Amino acid sequence: MAFGTTSSSHKSKKLAQSAAFFIFRLLSFSVVAILLVILGFILVQGISVISWEFLTEMPREGMTEGGIFPALVGTLCLVAGSMLFAFPIGILSGIYIHEYAKDSWFKRFVKLMTNNLAGVPSIVFGLFGMTLFVNQFGFGDSILAGSLTLGLLALPVVIRTTEESLKSIDDSFRIGSLALGATKWQTVSRVVLPMAFPNIITGLILSIGRVSGETAPILFTVAAYFLPKLPTSIFDQVMALPYHLYVISTSGTDIEASRAMAYGTAFVLILIVLLANLLANWLRRYFGKKVKMN
Amino acid sequence: MKRYFHNLGEKLIEGLITISGTVTSITVLLIVFFLFKEGLGIFSQSPVAEGSVIAVHQNNPVKELKAEEVKEIFDQNITNWKELGGPNAPIKLFSIDDITDYYTEEQIGANFEYLPQRLNELVAKEPNILAFFPEEYLAKDFKGHQIKLANVSLGDFLLGRQWYPTIQPAVQLGVLSLILGTLWVSLGAILIALPLGLASAIYLAEIANPKVRNILKPVIELLAGIPSVVYGFFGLVVIVPLIQDLFGLPVGETALAGSIVLGIMALPTIISVSEDAMRTTPRAMKEASLALGANKWQTIYKVIIPYSISGISTAAILGIGRAIGETMAVLMVTGNASVIPHTFLEPVRTIPATIAAELGEAPQGGIHYQALFALGCILFLMTLVINLTVDFVSTKKKENR
Repeated sequence: MAFGTTSSSHKSKKLAQSAAFFIFRLLSFSVVAILLVILGFILVQGISVISWEFLTEMPREGMTEGGIFPALVGTLCLVAGSMLFAFPIGILSGIYIHEYAKDSWFKRFVKLMTNNLAGVPSIVFGLFGMTLFVNQFGFGDSILAGSLTLGLLALPVVIRTTEESLKSIDDSFRIGSLALGATKWQTVSRVVLPMAFPNIITGLILSIGRVSGETAPILFTVAAYFLPKLPTSIFDQVMALPYHLYVISTSGTDIEASRAMAYGTAFVLILIVLLANLLANWLRRYFGKKVKMN
Repeated sequence: MKRYFHNLGEKLIEGLITISGTVTSITVLLIVFFLFKEGLGIFSQSPVAEGSVIAVHQNNPVKELKAEEVKEIFDQNITNWKELGGPNAPIKLFSIDDITDYYTEEQIGANFEYLPQRLNELVAKEPNILAFFPEEYLAKDFKGHQIKLANVSLGDFLLGRQWYPTIQPAVQLGVLSLILGTLWVSLGAILIALPLGLASAIYLAEIANPKVRNILKPVIELLAGIPSVVYGFFGLVVIVPLIQDLFGLPVGETALAGSIVLGIMALPTIISVSEDAMRTTPRAMKEASLALGANKWQTIYKVIIPYSISGISTAAILGIGRAIGETMAVLMVTGNASVIPHTFLEPVRTIPATIAAELGEAPQGGIHYQALFALGCILFLMTLVINLTVDFVSTKKKENR
């Protein structure tokens, strides 16, 4: 009798487990399904718009015809500019936090501030970039102002990536190097950094994908509504892909007529992110290491 | 000598590294400084629309009005001076377009050269008038009394229900509907994202085999990488029409559309943070549970989830933080009506969307511009509180070990 009850409770336990696991599996796969639907939709609708002309021509007819060339070039400028700023400072800052800073209130403060900066909404970066770079420094709406704003936005990501990569290097390498008479900087630059390099570079590539799609920070610092020419200096305004997509899908001259252009632009944006992710995954496999991105 | 230079070089590099380390702190402090410098300016400016004058008869005891009262008067909700602490007499509203009711074109002059004089006369002879006209037509010897509008107070700003930053004659800068709109949409987002995200995190951490995991992890990373404007675009062309058809609404741009899009966007944060938390459950605890006869599911909900609850709450808070600050996607799908929301099927307007939509048109240094910065301050403080909470929760967790 006693044996019987155990068996039936065992059965109901098992049933509960199967049911729970089934639901979890279903929900997890629905997350994948969401991604596939979004990607599939944009890629299917966008592929027919993509052509050499679309990528290399100026927009025409109130942005309902032609291409996205100036926006593409603008985004490339902004990504290059922001990374030129964020990479060196972010990597050095990560080195400071993990290798140099003593365990003190100052280190805690720096870490707290970095975390806070990571949580600041992108539109606030836009407000800040506008007051500091556009107005205070007098850069005007320019590639310089936009790149610096985007660079600040990317900074916490770069710092965190560097920190995580440095954390994964075993302390015995540092101790060994120091024991051989190397200075702190020699240890960091010749032992630790080369080992952490693959992980750092993988994280950086992912952050490029993210910066290229940011819209809010560039709204008031660089992005032009319609500017069918290429920039000649860093003080020029440019069009940018994400802002262009926003404009033609919500406030263009003829929203219905520019739908095809919008699908094409979204396609290119997704493609940039996909390529960055694929490259990062490939590098990860190539270096045979796992990078943890937050 | 060589050694000396070597040391010098190293000192320089160390200096550079230290300076770089402080950049984020300096940035945060600068953000606070500039945001609040501009934002606080709103409390020292009069909410009269730029270049306008509101005037009454000089014997009228009403000397100061609130912006809200002016709007009520012009909407004809307040029609008697008594309601404003004046004499019991109906308010005679006058705006510059009404001038032809009182004077002929000759009297005003072909180029309005006599207009200041006429306005002066009119205000002097009408005891119950409330006149609103451009500042350039204010006569030098103006005999009426110019009404001072009370500066916007913190209470009016935070609790005011009207957001009409460009309305004549007095701008209305109440942000309650925007704050509630932001919270409303974010709450909806977290209600959608939390069950989905937690289930995925549990599946990834405890149930899935490594092969499935290796497929799912990059998928979630990719979900985090898609630009918000693409989410917004997808929402605009797919989710908005779907909601419109499904619920038979006049417009599909609703809080619900915003919540769905934001929920999808918050998923990667929630999944990765709570999965990491569950993975830190000590193996010994899990094995002890299994050894006591609990099955895997019982171990998950009686051991792993309670153990990692602080990590899970961190995930939820971070998810809300992402949703509150998100700009473009929300701007594109929520319809942006600045009304206090009652259901998820109404258009709402959030703080970030308001800043993004209006800053381009607000003249620099004006009260509208400063109000948008004040909104930025509110947004910044909201996310600051969230970040500090997360920091507090995770340090607490470390101390407990």
